[in-house]
Amino acid sequence: MPIEIPVDKWPGSVKEVVIGATEAEGGTRSKSVKVGGESTLPFLHFEAPTPNKPVIALEIKDHKPEDWSPLLEEAWGSSTMEDPGIWAVEAEKAGADIIVLALSLNDKDGVQLTPEKAVSSVKNVLDTCKLPLIVFGPGQVDIDNELLVPISEATKGERLVLGICEDKNYRTIVATAMANGHLVTSRTPMDVNLSKQLNILITDMGMPLDRILMDPTTGALGYGIEYGYSVMERLRLAALQGDSMTQLPMIVTPGFEAWKTKEAKVGEGVPEGWGDWKERSINWETITAVSLIETGADIVVLRHPESVKRVKFAIEELLVA
Amino acid sequence: MALSGIQIYKMLPRTNCKECGFPTCLAFAMKLAAKQVELSACPHVSDESKVQLAESSAPPIRLVSIQADGQEVEAGNETVLFRHEKTFYNMPGLFVRVRSSSNLEEIKGTVSRADSYSVNYVGMDLSVDGFAVEADNEEKFNETVKAVRENTKRPLILIGNQSALESALENLDGEKPLIYAANNDNWESMADIAKKYDVSLVVAGESLDELADLTEKLKGKGCEDLVLDLGSEKMGINLAKSTQVRRLAIKKNFRALGFPTIFFAQGDNGFDVVKAVHAISKYSGFIVLDRFEPELFYALLVLRQNIYTDPQKPIQVQPGIYEINSPKPDSPVLVTTNFSITYFSVANEVEGSGLPAWLLVTDAEGMSVLTAWAAGKFDSERIAKSVKEFGLADKVSTKKIVLPGHVAVLSGEVEEELPDWEVKVGPREAVDISSYMKQAL
Repeated sequence: MPIEIPVDKWPGSVKEVVIGATEAEGGTRSKSVKVGGESTLPFLHFEAPTPNKPVIALEIKDHKPEDWSPLLEEAWGSSTMEDPGIWAVEAEKAGADIIVLALSLNDKDGVQLTPEKAVSSVKNVLDTCKLPLIVFGPGQVDIDNELLVPISEATKGERLVLGICEDKNYRTIVATAMANGHLVTSRTPMDVNLSKQLNILITDMGMPLDRILMDPTTGALGYGIEYGYSVMERLRLAALQGDSMTQLPMIVTPGFEAWKTKEAKVGEGVPEGWGDWKERSINWETITAVSLIETGADIVVLRHPESVKRVKFAIEELLVA
Repeated sequence: MALSGIQIYKMLPRTNCKECGFPTCLAFAMKLAAKQVELSACPHVSDESKVQLAESSAPPIRLVSIQADGQEVEAGNETVLFRHEKTFYNMPGLFVRVRSSSNLEEIKGTVSRADSYSVNYVGMDLSVDGFAVEADNEEKFNETVKAVRENTKRPLILIGNQSALESALENLDGEKPLIYAANNDNWESMADIAKKYDVSLVVAGESLDELADLTEKLKGKGCEDLVLDLGSEKMGINLAKSTQVRRLAIKKNFRALGFPTIFFAQGDNGFDVVKAVHAISKYSGFIVLDRFEPELFYALLVLRQNIYTDPQKPIQVQPGIYEINSPKPDSPVLVTTNFSITYFSVANEVEGSGLPAWLLVTDAEGMSVLTAWAAGKFDSERIAKSVKEFGLADKVSTKKIVLPGHVAVLSGEVEEELPDWEVKVGPREAVDISSYMKQAL
């Protein structure tokens, strides 16, 4: 029985965004990474090709964080984690397509991170590892701006992604990114309209749409992933229907979310039904990431090297037509 | 074409006899239009209307259930492509596969471990749904099924050729397993077996065309309870087929593929998880895994629960007093709402601080702190009422209560309502609770 397969044709598509600049493009990266460009729902190859596959970013810090799970320290090694330059190289070896350097509030001596030290961490990473780089401030308005502006100026032309723009703090980051040839990421708390609104504010400043990534925020598995999942699905549908302020590639941080859950953080004194700690933690990160890739994530930011392997496997399988 | 509720209503007896379980014929008609009930629930509908309504009354994806010992695993009856459009209804059953070629003692061990597994998530007890038994060694199939049955009462999926299936079914009186699988070559004899033992049947085929042909032939033989195997080889290929089948059923009311699907999450450890995630996210009805480990099933059971949560009815936790890190009478009281994610974020952070505390969860109708405050469901009166209702004054000697930072404006009113309490304002975000407790309490 020949069946007529219903095929959806959409008027809109997601913008293509290029992260990182090679020497020819004015930077020092060995390659740039292109994301986005989808003109249908994720991996529906019978409707449209997937022009750029989802990519995996690994998150590193400027020095060994105190609040990360010991399992992550076991995976990377304590000395690696003390030097972001070395950590970035190890992350590339582990299969990362992009590095996310998430700056800490304080340096390793417990003193507030100075702009000079932040710039030197970023340069250290750019020197040792030639992958495209995303830099997140520590997440406090004044300090983010204090650190990101000199970083942006010191790395002009590299096409970094600077973040995180939020409704209460985006102007300074956007302005410096525009002036220095960088990109920005905009984060809003799991709401379609809030995402649109912040993207409108950022583009109103003159930032072109192909230099913005949006982070709709997710919860981890068991901690609200269904909200992130559906918001991302709805954002992608809105983009395909032609709403330009939702036509941005999506970046999410399943590593950050999964590794702060009790399931990943705690090895002892938990219910027996939770099973083996290490496998459970990696499952938590992997499952959060893979389900969000199925719903439209273009970049997933992870923390554990084993999760990278598994998520990469998922992406390769989903790309098979 | 699907009929509207009003069109259906006109074909019903319109006596409001309530025998269908709904208060009026119109209410029943509306449910029929939404494809959430079957017409057979109405005992008085005329034969003429039955024929007319047959198309409209049947759900676009047939509900298929696997049963044993009073337990059942159901799949089908879905009405949407995306969970935000309404909700997904029947969570995919998670089954553990054992093979008759394996060592019998090992099989018994796996089955009994998986059978007794139970894990609590947001107040719900989650468990494995059933077992798939494969006759890869036909001679040992019967004793394997017997050994499985001795260690679990949960529903079964049987995988094998006709003779293996028949001999196993002879010994499984009174239950309704799912048998695997009819294909182009064996469909007639598989249909006979499914009919004879009144069990549901998986249909396997290379393409959707082939599957649709097969289901039509099987329906012609009287087999209605069918499950589709769309292939589990590559996730991308399965995604295309699953999406097409779901769309055909829901958008086109295409009956030949209006059945739930089965997926085999096979692969090396860790990669099987990834495949199961795909199957849970994208429409599978029954999912078979090749191993049982708690850390694997806990994570997948939670994902399934999350994806199948009704977006309009967020999971709530029971209002009350929760004891964290064995609090004593001089431990502080922290207040939050009963939205499950709010509760879990707060409880998680308090627990992570290592410091003892009483967590007072007020009934805010399942809303988060800010939403509940804006909606008037989280105010000083409600907080004071909970303090009294749950008898907090009897549990603590140091009457210190901490409000979420987002509702700092309430502190004055709470002081008035609870005059003998010291009211403090905590951080706005759960993530800052630990440092707040260490510094300020």
